[in-house]
Order: sequence, then C-alpha cells, then structure tokens
Amino acid sequence: MADYEIPTVTGDDGIVDVPALKEGAMGHLHGPWVSKPDFQKELGFPTDFTMPEGVENYGDVDTLVENWKNRALEKLDDLRGRYRSLQVFLDICVKCGACTDKCHYYIGTTDPKNMPVARQDLLRKVYRRYFTFAGKFFGKIGKPEFVGAADLTEDVVKDWYNYYHQCSQCRRCSVFCPYGIDTAEISMAAREILDHIGMGQKYCTEIMGKVHKIGNNLGLPEAALSDTLEGLEEDIYDDTGVLVELPLDKKGADILLVTPSADFFAEPHVDGLMGYAKVFHELGLDFTLSSYASEGANFGMFIGSYENMRRLALRIRKAAIDLGVKRIVFGECGHAWRVAYSFLNTLAGPWDFLDQNYPIPQHVLEITEPALAAGKLNIDKSANDDMVVTFHDSCNIARGSRIGGYEGGQFEVPRNVIKAVCNNYVDMPKDTIHDSTFCCGGGGGILTDDLMEVRVKGAQPRMEALKHVTENHGVTHMAAICAICKSQFTKVIPYYGFTMDQIVSVHQLVSNAIQLTGQLTEDEIDEMELDYDEAKEKLIASREAAE
Amino acid sequence: MASLEINGQSIELDEEGYLVDLGSWTPEVGEALAKAEDVELTDEHWDIINFLREYYEEYQIAPAVRVLTKAVGKRLGKAKGNSKYLYSLFPYGPGKQACKYAGLPKPTGCV
Repeated sequence: MADYEIPTVTGDDGIVDVPALKEGAMGHLHGPWVSKPDFQKELGFPTDFTMPEGVENYGDVDTLVENWKNRALEKLDDLRGRYRSLQVFLDICVKCGACTDKCHYYIGTTDPKNMPVARQDLLRKVYRRYFTFAGKFFGKIGKPEFVGAADLTEDVVKDWYNYYHQCSQCRRCSVFCPYGIDTAEISMAAREILDHIGMGQKYCTEIMGKVHKIGNNLGLPEAALSDTLEGLEEDIYDDTGVLVELPLDKKGADILLVTPSADFFAEPHVDGLMGYAKVFHELGLDFTLSSYASEGANFGMFIGSYENMRRLALRIRKAAIDLGVKRIVFGECGHAWRVAYSFLNTLAGPWDFLDQNYPIPQHVLEITEPALAAGKLNIDKSANDDMVVTFHDSCNIARGSRIGGYEGGQFEVPRNVIKAVCNNYVDMPKDTIHDSTFCCGGGGGILTDDLMEVRVKGAQPRMEALKHVTENHGVTHMAAICAICKSQFTKVIPYYGFTMDQIVSVHQLVSNAIQLTGQLTEDEIDEMELDYDEAKEKLIASREAAE
Repeated sequence: MASLEINGQSIELDEEGYLVDLGSWTPEVGEALAKAEDVELTDEHWDIINFLREYYEEYQIAPAVRVLTKAVGKRLGKAKGNSKYLYSLFPYGPGKQACKYAGLPKPTGCV
C-alpha cells in the first residue's frame, strides 16, 4: 500500500507510547507540491520565481524570488509587527519540553523536528539571528548558535517548507504549553513567509483561487451545485416520501447556511447535509444556500494570509446582504467554525443587519441540540442501533472555539446530539478527547495526496484510540463534525485495518433517526410510485398560488 | 514536468499525472494514463469514464460521488449504483482515479 512503514496500533490502552527519536526520519520528504506563479498571482503573492524542475529542487535558492533572503526577513518583520502574539511567541519559549510529545506528527513520525518546540525553532532561530541583540552580535562573529540563533540559508528554507507542512495547526501542543505559545500561529507565519519567496503550496493556493473565482474550494459552479442539490432532494424524497428542500440563492430566506463544499460532494459529508436540511424542514426554518458563498472552509487561515482570509469571509457578507437573510448558520466544518466563531466579526463585520436575537454566527448544532432537548424533533433512536458510536473532537472546534455559548459546550453539544439520536455511545480515552483531542492528521492544509505519508503517520494517535474502543467497547463508527476530518479518516483508516464507511457525520446520525412529519414507511414507499419531479412541481405551483 | 508519449506526440502531465491541457485528451490518452498505473480499461471502466466526460462537459466539474453512483445505477442497474462497485473499478477512489483517466482535473478541497 505504501513504500514507507505504517505505524502499528495495538489497541491496548488507546495511547501511543512516546517513541524514541529518529533524527531525519522525515527529512527525505520535500514538502507538498509548489504552486505555479499563476495561482500565486491570484492570491496576491509575488510571481518572480522559477518553478523548480523537480521536487529535489524545492527550496533551491536559484528557484526563489530575487533577493529572497531580504524579502523573507522583511516579511517576518512585517508579521511580527502586525501580530503582537507572534512576536511574543517567538520571544518567550523557555524550551521546557512540555510540548515535545504532544504532537501527533511527532508521535507518528518520530522525527525530532516534529516536536513542536523544534519545529517552531526553525523560525525562531532565524528571528533570534536577525531581530535580537544577542543574535545579531553572535551572528556577526560567526557564532549565532551560542544564543540559539541561525543564519537564514537554503537548508533552512527547505526545512521550513518540509516541516511547516508537517504541522496541521491543531494546537494540541499549545494546550500543554505553560506559556500558551500557539504553534499554529508560528506555522501560519512561516507559510506566509514562504508564499512571499516563491514557495506557495499548490493545494491551498489552487483551492483559494477557486473560491475567489467560483465561490467554493471544489470549483462547483452554480449549475452543478443546483443539480447536485436537486439530486439530494430527490434522494430524501425517494427515501421518505417527504419533499425536503435544499434551496439555493433563495432571496428573503431567514437563514443563510454556509457549509464546506465537501458537504455537496463527498461521503459521508453529504449525508450530514441532508441531516441539516431535515432538521430545518421539521422546525419550519426558512433557509437557503448561496452559490456565491458556497464555501465555509477558509484556507486563508492555513497559510496565514489575513488578506485572503478576509477576501473569503467577505463573500459570506456579500451573500448575506444580497439574499437579505437575518441569520447565518454554519454546517459541520472545523476551520469554517474557527474562522467564523473567532474572526468573522473583525474580518467581515459589523453584522448589524442580522437579527441580533440569535448568535452571530450560529453553528448548526446550536439549532439541532436545543430542538432535540425540547422534544421538537420526532426521533427513532433504534434507526442507529446497528452502530456503537464514538466522537472525534475536531481540533479547531475543540481548541479554537465554542459551541452552545458556554465553556466546554463544544464538547458537550455534539455528544448530546449523538446521544439523543443513538442508543450506543462510547468515548475514546480521556487523553485523546475534548481539548486533548488528537488531530485527524489532515488539518491545516495537509489534506493533499502529495503529503500522504505525513497524513498516514499523523493519524496514528487517533487510530490507536479508536482501536482501543473498537476492541474493548465494541465501537463500530466514529462521528465527526469537520469536512477535513471526515475526508482524512475515510482515506487513511484503511491503512490501520478499518473501513472507510466507519466514519460518519453527526448530522447523518440525526438524519437516520429523524422521523419527518408525514414520512412514509418502506412498505408504503414500495407500493407507491414516487415521482420527485411531479412532487416538486406541485409544491412550486401551490406556493405560487398561495402568493 | 512529466509527459506522455502518444503517436509521437508529447502530452504534458502535472505532478500527479493529470493532464495539464484538458483538451489534449483522447481515448488513447485515457488508455495510456491507465496503463501507466497498470490498469487495463474494460468496458465497465469506459462506462464510468464516458459518463464523467459528459457530466464535465455540461457542468465544468466532476460529479459528486453520489451523483455518479446514482447515474450509474440508473444506466447500468441498481446493483452497480453504489460506491462499492465504483471502488472495485477504481480502487484509489472514483473521484480521483477515474477523473484522471477521463482527462478531468482532480477534484480538490476538503475531499
């Protein structure tokens, strides 16, 4: 299956033992594919670099932009001026080592440069060399290493590109850092610097280019989106006999639903989307999707580009204004929710035109959970009796935001929803859940095929925990509320002996259990000849008549 | 940059083996792309590839897995309208592998 060793999982106690260091274990990698100048241009990054001939040339200084060293340092200077946090994080690390064994990539790869402190130091040592008195002094006499500083060289750039793409910005290490240093911010800054010297990562830049142009990561144009949504309506109708709509660009709807475009495209994401639609339908909530802002995920965060993050967020603002909605609700997407929860107001606010009686923005679970608790949804839990479910906390929700408006709500709310629709629920070991959750291994711009080795190895801690509950508690399925987690797991769990259909969306479980008003039984459906097109036409005609 | 030699013509491929110029696709190119990965294209493969190309022509994007399985089910019978069948033909994922042979760009995003 692969030309590298897949880590083994035992299932013993669900925790991977801290591995012995293996220097250079991931040094054979070269980082992800480099983006072509065209895509860099679209994002506003310099294009005066030469595409490397092969991966072995990645980071060669003659491929970088002219005067690359000064430009890299200028960017670093710019960023530390713009983000006080970055300056502080670069200054205050005391190398206590609390973070060393907390990173899933370190655990899975055993490469010492993947210890968060060491990965951070790839940038910190350059900062020290050029921006601190000690570094400048000892640098001048040729002994920068005396003060933990280092010259910015070709090898450093290569290390940056390789190892800052072995960080998913999950921030697990930050939870254990006594100073609260946020490794994610350092990785983001490093990628932003790389973007400015001709080393933008193809995956993220191409994807953002598609959002700027078409409105979503996948590049689904309006016609394809509309066709896909209609297909989903038909599926729900064929399954239940109830016409549950998934409206697109419906002016005057109350709610704009912003969800990752994977929800339109991939499995099991799409089952989650149908779940949201059923919940909205049953609660009588008037919602719409937007073809202009058909993406929740904001990859601008991954590459630390404030400008691009803002551009993407402004699409949501424009769609909300154009459609005249009163509320904005986000679907199951970790990074979307992090950006929405933490930054939406400063990026694209003020949101004074929305209904202030609701959270701005709101998570779809914040609609489903209270509705379930209040008994507003008719639920048949036995529909999920073929599963024993566990829940994977997604990093950006667990450590970067809240759900439900109270401390720890981001852990409680999704579990409450699962337990309200499933009879069988088991948590994974406590050191692997809540704010100690392990990343799926594909977050933060790592979910690309060219980083498969990193993804597979980085999944090890989560796989170990899953194996433990599978073997000891009969768990059959793992639910997630992030498009990246779902895609990453379906792809990598076969390497660990699981099957891809063991990953489910939380709202897929809701969708299975929810009994729609007027829902037909299987026998009734078999007897009747359901015709979606006819039903839809009827619905439109009756709506027009009412108007 | 990699390339593919067909009838004396050189077809440019990207790092992952997808066509750089989508217009350079012909059925022979599809065969050659599959052969490079040790896959012999059967009629079953071609049913899927042809559908992908038709869909792409209309919508400028590859179909979602669900759209694909549904269409396959309608055309080739319900027994084949599931992702298991598609994965049996394209073990690396119908989205990515079949798109490659069909000369379509790789779907990327959170998928």
